[in-house]
Amino acid sequence: MTITDDNVDTNAVPTPDNNLNDHKPVGFGRMLRKEDPRFVRGMGQYCDDVQLPGMLHLAILRSPLAHARIVSIDKTAAEAHPKVVAVITGADLAEQNLAWMPTLSNDVQAVLATDKVRFQHQEVAFVVAEDRYAARDALELIDVEYDDLDPVIDVRTALEPDAPIIRDDLEGKTNNHCFDWETGDKDATDAVFADAEVVVSEDIVYPRVHPAPMETCGCVADFERVSGKLTLWSTTQAPHAHRTVYALVAGLPEHKIRIIAPDIGGGFGNKVPIYPGYVCAIVASLVIGKPVKWMEDRTENLVSTGFARDYVMRGEIAASKDGKIRAIRTHVLADHGAFNGVAAPTKYPAGFFGVFTGSYDLEAAYAHMTAVYTNKAPGGVAYACSFRITEAVYLVERMVDVLAHELDMDPAELRLQNFIQPDQFPYETKTGWIYDSGDYEPTMRKAMAMAGYDELRREQAEKRERGELMGIGISFFTEAVGAGPRKDMDILGLGMADGCELRIHPTGKAVVRLSVKTQGQGHETTFAQIIGEEIGIPPDDIEVVHGDTDNTPFGLGTYGSRSTPVSGAAAALVARKVRDKAQIIASGMLEVSVADVEYEAGTFRVKGDPEKSVTIQDVAMKAHGAGDLPEGVEGGLEAQICYNPDNLTYPFGAYICVVDVDPGTAQVTVRRFIAVDDCGTQINPMIIEGQVHGGLTDGIGMALMEMISFDEAGNCLAGSLMDYLIPTAMEVPNWETGHTVTPSPHHPIGAKGVGESATVGSPPAIVNAVVDALKPYGIRHADMPLTPSRVWETMQGNHTPPI
Amino acid sequence: MDVTMNINGEEVTSDIEPRTLLVHYLRDHLGMTGTHWGCDTSNCGTCVVWVDGEPVKSCTTLAAMAGGHEVRTVEGLEVDGELDPVQEGFIQCHGLQCGFCTPGMMMTARALIDANPDPTDDEIREAISGQICRCTGYATIVRSIQWAAAKEREQAVTLSPTGSAS
Repeated sequence: MTITDDNVDTNAVPTPDNNLNDHKPVGFGRMLRKEDPRFVRGMGQYCDDVQLPGMLHLAILRSPLAHARIVSIDKTAAEAHPKVVAVITGADLAEQNLAWMPTLSNDVQAVLATDKVRFQHQEVAFVVAEDRYAARDALELIDVEYDDLDPVIDVRTALEPDAPIIRDDLEGKTNNHCFDWETGDKDATDAVFADAEVVVSEDIVYPRVHPAPMETCGCVADFERVSGKLTLWSTTQAPHAHRTVYALVAGLPEHKIRIIAPDIGGGFGNKVPIYPGYVCAIVASLVIGKPVKWMEDRTENLVSTGFARDYVMRGEIAASKDGKIRAIRTHVLADHGAFNGVAAPTKYPAGFFGVFTGSYDLEAAYAHMTAVYTNKAPGGVAYACSFRITEAVYLVERMVDVLAHELDMDPAELRLQNFIQPDQFPYETKTGWIYDSGDYEPTMRKAMAMAGYDELRREQAEKRERGELMGIGISFFTEAVGAGPRKDMDILGLGMADGCELRIHPTGKAVVRLSVKTQGQGHETTFAQIIGEEIGIPPDDIEVVHGDTDNTPFGLGTYGSRSTPVSGAAAALVARKVRDKAQIIASGMLEVSVADVEYEAGTFRVKGDPEKSVTIQDVAMKAHGAGDLPEGVEGGLEAQICYNPDNLTYPFGAYICVVDVDPGTAQVTVRRFIAVDDCGTQINPMIIEGQVHGGLTDGIGMALMEMISFDEAGNCLAGSLMDYLIPTAMEVPNWETGHTVTPSPHHPIGAKGVGESATVGSPPAIVNAVVDALKPYGIRHADMPLTPSRVWETMQGNHTPPI
Repeated sequence: MDVTMNINGEEVTSDIEPRTLLVHYLRDHLGMTGTHWGCDTSNCGTCVVWVDGEPVKSCTTLAAMAGGHEVRTVEGLEVDGELDPVQEGFIQCHGLQCGFCTPGMMMTARALIDANPDPTDDEIREAISGQICRCTGYATIVRSIQWAAAKEREQAVTLSPTGSAS
């Protein structure tokens, strides 16, 4: 059942007189973040803040060319630099069998190039020196001779017979083919298309973009010779998974590796993969026996680490004349760069792109994908995409608008008449995904009401009469987040479950240890709230420990909006396990049978005699104290679990964007943006609102500004924040947010993930709005980024895809 | 070369390379890691500190240029254990998530409110337009700064001997 909470003003703003906090001692609701007092004092500790005695600095020499054979490397001058401790090349690493490493997609990637370079800015050598500046100076002293090769830059030419072979390191490789993948029923889909009254198709490009977290990637590796222990402070969203991979790659015993993910300055997927720099720093510390810091500069982050998207798609919809969407078909050409570095579950090489069927009840669906190698940086899944759902949602929501254009129907009405209905949940899509719960129409209606949709359409009609370009864009998305059930989902053979451990101290305070890792999402607050809600201990009395493999249980980490769906469930269930034990101890203290004890908000009462009660704090002292416990009950009050989700969770939302386009300059201004999200049970509405705001800003960035582009030679043209444009406060409106609540039936507290919802859902709303604004020009589609120059060309009939 | 500057009220002298950037001087030489290094090109603003009361980007300022001047960093916002209203506002209005851009944002916000105690939302957006936040979408930052400005105006009323804003 969906709760539409119309009485709550979700856009209320705190003031010094009214902080809006729920003032609940425990549980869910608006609660200020426990992590903020350190951050506002500048006392966060990020990777680059780690300074150890005797610490050395590592800098990486990168290739100036996109595709070239390495003829020779002369490092003598660099080695002679007075502050340089070591200069290491690929050949040096090859001697230790460390020149190549596995990627998270069962491909291999060069740590340092040995044979040839395969993308501009690929890692070629590294220097370790006494300080940051000296390490950079010495890079200039390394002399590399390259033999230039033709690069493959345009993804559409990668499979041409005469295309240069990029991955000649792979035995028998005679082309640039990476993988093929398909989902759905091709024959059934073709049959629907064959007898459909209306078929629309459109070529749609989702250009390469970059998550560009404010903190770049880096680490401090500290190998201690005597104990044989490696401690790695690392910008990682997945410390446990990284530890296991390092153990497998470097041959270090896993118990001798400790990964500490300190405060992380934003991740967005950029800090999931293992980059060569981490391995270089580990090798350097192992060899030199001193702590070694590697920290990217901004250019290195943009040009070499995990990018996102880069899908060239053909979308097709089959429909009836009255607007019943019957089938969706798509072919995708995926640019994976020089190495397949995608971080996605093993059986899902295209991530969760299979949810391209959207929020609609279809007769059939089919997707086919061809992925190729090009001479560009590796990566593919990053930037808050929920494993390629960003691309999937963009495709379907853009195509629905194309259909609306074709049928001359209102895009809101078209969506409303095709939604999966509430009584169809759990709903199995034509590509095999089981949507857990949903009630789409109230969410859509709420967004339309908040926007004043009919009034906006009237305003638009008036403006069109006057030659003004105003557009209204809609998207309705369903996400699949919370990977995932271990029967289907693993990364490099590691099941995507998460552990959680809860200990109640004698005085009733607690510590909870998580396998996931915040990069700003506020885990230290929300997880304390989850425990508080379940067991009645105030969140302020609960220490949340995360991001340290020596002090937390194993689990796969924070990405793909999976913390709340997976680890949040683990936290709720571990608290219930502790509560069950506490109830037994309470029954002994109250001298009644367990069945006669009832629990409410931190208190155990005798049924029918509510005056007789003990609190969780009383029980905690008893559990650790003197005197007998009920028979068979051990002392202490703690538990640990590993949670394997039954299914993903499927949050959804309705977004409406209003833009104005200047007919003289083609400048797009986002005037309003209305976002109504449904992520099931809400733990902390303040944090949810913040997550949504951030994602909406990502959407404006991708739709209007951001693109990692290359010239014909493979030079990356977006190597700084002067070239790779990210929205500032000037480009985004004052967000208007709302919510509905449709709990997940299988999650213990009914919560769904929300971290990426707005990044996924907002780009089509913005593009649909711009295309709607350009309707007087007869335009049905325009590719992102909709910069003034690209919009201007589109208005002149010269639209070109951003490839 | 020897460089002497006043940082958060304390005189500091160091022997540094002339090319040392102010951000690296603060972080690597003095261990004042509240100021962050984000982009090298003056675009992201995570490195903003004050020099003689004006916000500057310390990634494109030489430490030597700050010699003989007064530098204020995020570590200097809290006075005698009391948070600056800007710091309080960021906590109250969820003006931060990962916290990386926050020190620079707050230094700019402090300078804005000093110059303009009652800014409009548009003035706030313009003031922080040289800074990037990848997490919040800015609306909560605008609210945070409004919160701080409102609190200071209220305090001004309370503290004024006539009971009205001066």
